[in-house]
Amino acid sequence: MSLKALDYESLNENVKNCQYAVRGELYLRASELQKEGKKIIFTNVGNPHALGQKPLTFPRQVVALCQAPFLLDNPNVGMIFPADAIARAKHYLSLTSGGLGAYSDSRGLPGVRKEVAEFIQRRDGYPSDPELIFLTDGASKGVMQILNCIIRNQKDGILVPVPQYPLYSATISLLGGTLVPYYLEETDNWGLDVNNLRQSVAQARSQGITVRAMVIINPGNPTGQCLSEANLREILKFCCDERLVLLGDEVYQQNIYQDERPFISSKKVLMDMGAPLSKEVQLISFHTVSKGYWGECGQRGGYFEMTNIPPRTVEEIYKVASIALSPNVSAQIFMGLMVSPPKPGDISYDQFVRESKGILESLRRRARIMTDGFNSCKNVVCNFTEGAMYSFPQIKLPPKAIQAAKQAGKVPDVFYCLKLLEATGISTVPGSGFGQKEGVFHLRTTILPAEEEMPEIMESFKKFNDEFMSQYGDNFGYSRM
Amino acid sequence: MRRFVIGQAKNLIDQTRRRPPQPHHHNNLRLLSLLRPPASDTTPVSSPRLFSSSSSDMPGSDSSTSSLPVTLDSINPKVLKCEYAVRGEIVSIAQRLQDDLKTNKDAYPFDEIIYCNIGNPQSLGQQPITFFREVLALCSHTALLDESATHGLFSSDSIDRAWKILDQIPGKATGAYSHSQGIKGLRDAIAAGIEARDGFPADPNDIFMTDGASPGVHMMMQLLISSEKDGILCPIPQYPLYSASIALHGGSLVPYYLDEASGWGLEISELKKQLEDAKSKGITVRALAVINPGNPTGQVLSEENQRDIVDFCKKEGLVLLADEVYQENVYVPDKKFHSFKKVARSMGYGEKDISLVSFQSISKGYYGECGKRGGYMEVTGFTSDVREQIYKVASVNLCSNISGQILASLVMSPPKPGDDSYDSYIAEKEGILSSLATRAKTLEEALNKLEGVTCNRAEGAMYLFPCINLPQKAIAAAEAAKTAPDAFYCKRLLNATGIVVVPGSGFRQVPGTWHFRCTILPQEDKIPAIVNRLTEFHKSFMNEFRD
Repeated sequence: MSLKALDYESLNENVKNCQYAVRGELYLRASELQKEGKKIIFTNVGNPHALGQKPLTFPRQVVALCQAPFLLDNPNVGMIFPADAIARAKHYLSLTSGGLGAYSDSRGLPGVRKEVAEFIQRRDGYPSDPELIFLTDGASKGVMQILNCIIRNQKDGILVPVPQYPLYSATISLLGGTLVPYYLEETDNWGLDVNNLRQSVAQARSQGITVRAMVIINPGNPTGQCLSEANLREILKFCCDERLVLLGDEVYQQNIYQDERPFISSKKVLMDMGAPLSKEVQLISFHTVSKGYWGECGQRGGYFEMTNIPPRTVEEIYKVASIALSPNVSAQIFMGLMVSPPKPGDISYDQFVRESKGILESLRRRARIMTDGFNSCKNVVCNFTEGAMYSFPQIKLPPKAIQAAKQAGKVPDVFYCLKLLEATGISTVPGSGFGQKEGVFHLRTTILPAEEEMPEIMESFKKFNDEFMSQYGDNFGYSRM
Repeated sequence: MRRFVIGQAKNLIDQTRRRPPQPHHHNNLRLLSLLRPPASDTTPVSSPRLFSSSSSDMPGSDSSTSSLPVTLDSINPKVLKCEYAVRGEIVSIAQRLQDDLKTNKDAYPFDEIIYCNIGNPQSLGQQPITFFREVLALCSHTALLDESATHGLFSSDSIDRAWKILDQIPGKATGAYSHSQGIKGLRDAIAAGIEARDGFPADPNDIFMTDGASPGVHMMMQLLISSEKDGILCPIPQYPLYSASIALHGGSLVPYYLDEASGWGLEISELKKQLEDAKSKGITVRALAVINPGNPTGQVLSEENQRDIVDFCKKEGLVLLADEVYQENVYVPDKKFHSFKKVARSMGYGEKDISLVSFQSISKGYYGECGKRGGYMEVTGFTSDVREQIYKVASVNLCSNISGQILASLVMSPPKPGDDSYDSYIAEKEGILSSLATRAKTLEEALNKLEGVTCNRAEGAMYLFPCINLPQKAIAAAEAAKTAPDAFYCKRLLNATGIVVVPGSGFRQVPGTWHFRCTILPQEDKIPAIVNRLTEFHKSFMNEFRD
């Protein structure tokens, strides 16, 4: 008998239950097609640099100098680096204990955490304590650490918006907890209705679940909505009443494409509400260098800030962080640069502003082109992308298409997205990967393809969609809104 | 039958996670509405009150804040249970002393804190390998490659290498998420490096690049451990990553003791004994962790010993988790590093015979690039459905950091004879490794001269792990201070000399024996002073406590 050390049957069930659609079946098929020589437009991951967005120059100069500190002693360094980048590299190296090659404090470099705290204070108008800020290898790692501390077993529930970013469902599965969904209202521009929350919590409790925490993603992923201040107040009040920790995923805070609802942090709203709430609601906010106009996904840099987490609990979170030794140091420096960019008067200031504004304004235009494009298609409706990096159109699939999907052994939106991929090379993520209401189908695309390619992409999408709808149509039709 | 109840009530709750195999859902999140009622053969869920009653006794628990949703009383008990001594209490004391030294210099008999607690070479002044950093700088700011002045500032082969690497990255985008296993071209370079090292083929699809070796170890523990009935055989003394990761995942550490008297030898009879013992307690041992060269013990396994270990794993159906992060750190001429993969393949064992995971890191070796968080695991001997699951878990975290990936490919494919940087690369590498060998020898000899101290040589890795025969009076004093005797010794050492070491209890040790772990990493010119201070301290400690 041949003993197999680790076969599929003996794998941790939590691992098997975990789903992560962003890199699932569609992505794998797209990679195959790419290998066969087909041109693929990857809109499945919010990965701006992969789609041609250029990195901001100044932070790359600073980090290059930190990578090769011997350049700083070279009299010719000024020939290829501006003086403010050189000064900033020296500054960050002085905050390390041994440059980029030494483990830092497990919570991140104290000097960078101080810069993050100053940024939060400038943004919100309330003090922030560097001791309560932990730097992480991307925001995902932070979410995993915090959920690991919260989830004890299957009876612990985490309220998660549906549609949601699958990091949450995947991590909750891996940790053996229970995802308690609350549905966002698509017809109300993906609004968050507190009555829905109450129902979700009541239902979970009736099934013996202890709801421990609530996740909000603001601006929304994949849904792109920006929460209003009034809505955030309701949520915080709800968390207080129900004794939930609020996990505020605020990684898209720079990505805002309308002026009615600018980004407002959960921390600021909480502090504005004053005591007793501001002293009672436990809040953990997440941020990253992967999004915004930075888009430095490959660096794996992020932070979380804890509010009202008691000191002994913070120590336990520190201990968990310490097992991973330290987050990578060059990403910590990217984070420092993101929260303290060049100032007016600095040599690199003008270039920095030009580059960052250029990216944001283009994203704003692309968000508009994409939403309008989807809404011009047959049986497709799409809310405007107010923020973040995604469009999440609803695809009203005709019964014949659903039938055909069943015959092919596919979930209907997976079926649609695979056809779209084969026909156009556009690689999207089916809505089922994010969760959606029964019988309703979506797909997620990023708004990241280059602006000049956007009209052509939307045209090829429309052509595919409208043909698909005629093929499976059979006099089937919805009125648009 | 899963209903086998042992141990503390704390652990009961873990068992509720172990459910009978369920049908595999492809298209749905496990949402609340789909939640199954608890399966009938699981232990009932313990009331959360169980935890509050045990943890409220803890000194300084967050009792005043107990109305908050997340406090010590309601945190995941597996988190409370895990320990990680390398950054524990002694290090916190050291950080306080260091802060105080800035303003209060005269209050201490030393003028600096010397961190010998952690294998963090560059924090103690070790310089990075120039070629590696040149390539990284160019990849960090690719516009440099278009500047003519760059040729005056960088070696020509670093420029060539940067181009070569960028060509392997889609869109040359070093700021993009990569494939979740790491950039394919870089994995090709690593596979070629493994092949050159072992003389046996390596497949780039077997490589999973990680943010340091530790996340790879966590990933494997996550796959292997479903409940406390799943055991992992770990060496004692061990690197506490293993105990911490097993505790976090709710498994059982099955210890096997290394034999200090035979240079921390690994006896197969001991493995067998512990395996049987675990089985008799209802524990299914899933894997064997081997650290070679050893941490904290510094031994390098002989090839013959490795063959026996491979056979043992094959026979018992265990995954072999080979922590080989110190593969470049071998200091004695009579020992040589052999990868477990090479040993297994040279025995004629292939994919079907043994499941083997080999971990490598850019934090150790002569490169010591800890802050980069780069590493990989080479995963062989698993079925494709298991491999898919590993990929899925890796993909939840998207990818490891790109500069860490680039560096991992560089350490596995350094400059070759004839390259512009070759001579300086070799000089830097040899300089670091020979200095580490000298430091290991000097410290070991000094430790062996101390009264009641015996220390095996550091054949490899970065640590010495001396045994201190503590006098009864010292043990009594430690007990009075509610401290483990070795921690008591280490704190006294820190307060008297500023030298930070880790008590052996953080690594576990044969009960009744006491050790500490000291890195060999302080720069060579500091070693004589360290030896003097350590010797003086030990003398006065013994004078105070000698029975």
